[in-house]
Amino acid sequence: MAKANWPEALAKLLRAAGILANFCHSFSIASAGLLRIVEKARLPGVPPFGPATKAANFVFRCFGGVCPLFQPSFNGKSTFKHMSIQLPVYLDNNATTPCDPRVVEAMVPYFTNHFGNAASRNHPFGWAAEEAVDYAREQVAQLIGADPKEIIFTSGATEGDNLAIKGVFEMYASKGNHIITMNIEHKAVLDTCKHLEKQGAEVTYLDVKENGRIDLAELEAAIKPTTILIAIMYANNEIGVIQPVREIAAIAKKHGVLFFSDAVQAVGKIPVDVKADGIDIMAFTGHKMYGPKGVGALYVRRKNPRVKVTAQMDGGGHERGMRSGTLNVPGIVGFGKACELCRLEMEQDAAHTSRLRDKLEQALLKIEEAYVNGDPAHRLPHVSNISFKYVEGEGLMMGFNKNIAVSSGSACTSASLEPSYVLKALGLGDDLAHSSLRFGLSRFTTEEQIDYTIEQVTNTVLKLRDMSPLWEMYKEGIDLNTIEWAHH
Amino acid sequence: MAYSEKVIDHYQHPKNVGTLDKSKKNVGTGLVGAPECGDVMRLQIEVDETTNTIVDAKFKTFGCGSAIASSSLATEWLKGKTVDQALSIDNMDIVEELNLPPVKIHCSVLAEDAIKAAINDYRVKNGMDPIQFEESVVH
Repeated sequence: MAKANWPEALAKLLRAAGILANFCHSFSIASAGLLRIVEKARLPGVPPFGPATKAANFVFRCFGGVCPLFQPSFNGKSTFKHMSIQLPVYLDNNATTPCDPRVVEAMVPYFTNHFGNAASRNHPFGWAAEEAVDYAREQVAQLIGADPKEIIFTSGATEGDNLAIKGVFEMYASKGNHIITMNIEHKAVLDTCKHLEKQGAEVTYLDVKENGRIDLAELEAAIKPTTILIAIMYANNEIGVIQPVREIAAIAKKHGVLFFSDAVQAVGKIPVDVKADGIDIMAFTGHKMYGPKGVGALYVRRKNPRVKVTAQMDGGGHERGMRSGTLNVPGIVGFGKACELCRLEMEQDAAHTSRLRDKLEQALLKIEEAYVNGDPAHRLPHVSNISFKYVEGEGLMMGFNKNIAVSSGSACTSASLEPSYVLKALGLGDDLAHSSLRFGLSRFTTEEQIDYTIEQVTNTVLKLRDMSPLWEMYKEGIDLNTIEWAHH
Repeated sequence: MAYSEKVIDHYQHPKNVGTLDKSKKNVGTGLVGAPECGDVMRLQIEVDETTNTIVDAKFKTFGCGSAIASSSLATEWLKGKTVDQALSIDNMDIVEELNLPPVKIHCSVLAEDAIKAAINDYRVKNGMDPIQFEESVVH
């Protein structure tokens, strides 16, 4: 019996897919251009959807909208010597990700044909919307191993964080007023806790270790009879460090305390399973996982224990009374689709981003006095935070930020002039915090973009060091700590 | 926040980056700012003692684009000025020339401070009293 030559067949298939993808990509750009030309040529007073527009739209929808490998494109020419790449390069995916074209495709009908209110129970418009929301709720639940009834749609993770923490504080007031969190949480958690402190909450802010993870013994020691909530993020937005979530959950369970996790950066990127992880409440959002902005979810456990949070908005009693407000149906549909894609493609996305991230990191660490921030052993696959000593982050970004989008721990742009509190919490001096860049990759990041980034960042670091008095002193063997700086 | 074209130009083509021999008596060095604050400027002037004119100026700066541009511009302005004229350079002139936004005013203040520090270093080296300047109020 002749055996099929699988590797070769697979290679052929992939090549064919690649050609098709390239074709689709070019076609989608061409058809988008055609669409624009048709739109522009339209005479005033002529109805917008003439046959030509419809044809162009059809072509665009067929080849542009559905092509999974369609890349967000910007107008820009590469100066990169090897091949032409699309500029600017987007490596700020911890801030937000591009919406996957397949997500957009799924959403579009819910702006137009199926525009109904999911709460309208008495006609087909409402039924279609409700059905779509139910389906999305399943897609979202499936990604995190939850029951669809445990998903509360929100406007995003800031709302989720607020609803979870304030909601627990109010609902469990009779049990206690003590909340434990940590000092590298997102501001949506920290500021919510600060707000509650004014209303009588007692909050413990745990320090993290140098590697960015909390000390479990410290966590357990902080628990008191009045403790009602432990709020520890799944993975950090600036350094990508993943917390020991299961161990935290075990401690919380042992002491009968609820465990809330802001999992914005983790969900969709690494396996998150609320049951196996032992999380009671969890906030996440669409736009960090190739979904749309303005939609997110709060997971609220229904069994062992059944958790309740007090609503923070009064109104029509949507979302089991926990979050009133007409549901953002197109957003929810897109969020659901994004969750489904992440579930199906997580493994390949993670392999792709971690390979490129490691390549980027290894190349940049060849630069003298460059350091990775955060524990590399417990880190999201697509994030790298690197300090380039003796150059300032914002100045560094200026060298390439027309062509490469990253972010910096330097806060030179803000009025406070304070560098990243997350990096400072790791024990980094302000100088190193000022010198950091965060790279966040996505499923759309290409090898060429990473090669280009390595070249640009390296050149700029070297150029700025030639201009840096600190670098000169370091090279002369002067200990910068012995200098009396004029602090301002 | 987008930078002004002048800031970008100074950043891409900084004028007078470098180091003067600080052991020379006619070279004044000013080092201001702090690494923790995210900007350090070192500005040096070389003075022709017979005419009291600044014949050369160099800088090195650790900081954002506006800090680099402010120091680059300062060195350009210093060359050819007498030491007394140099003292009249005001940070607001730099702000105006580079169109710095309010959050970047401290960069211009730092450049002004660096000029004053360099001049005082030169004065002290040459047996003159340092000039007492008012504390900068911006930072």
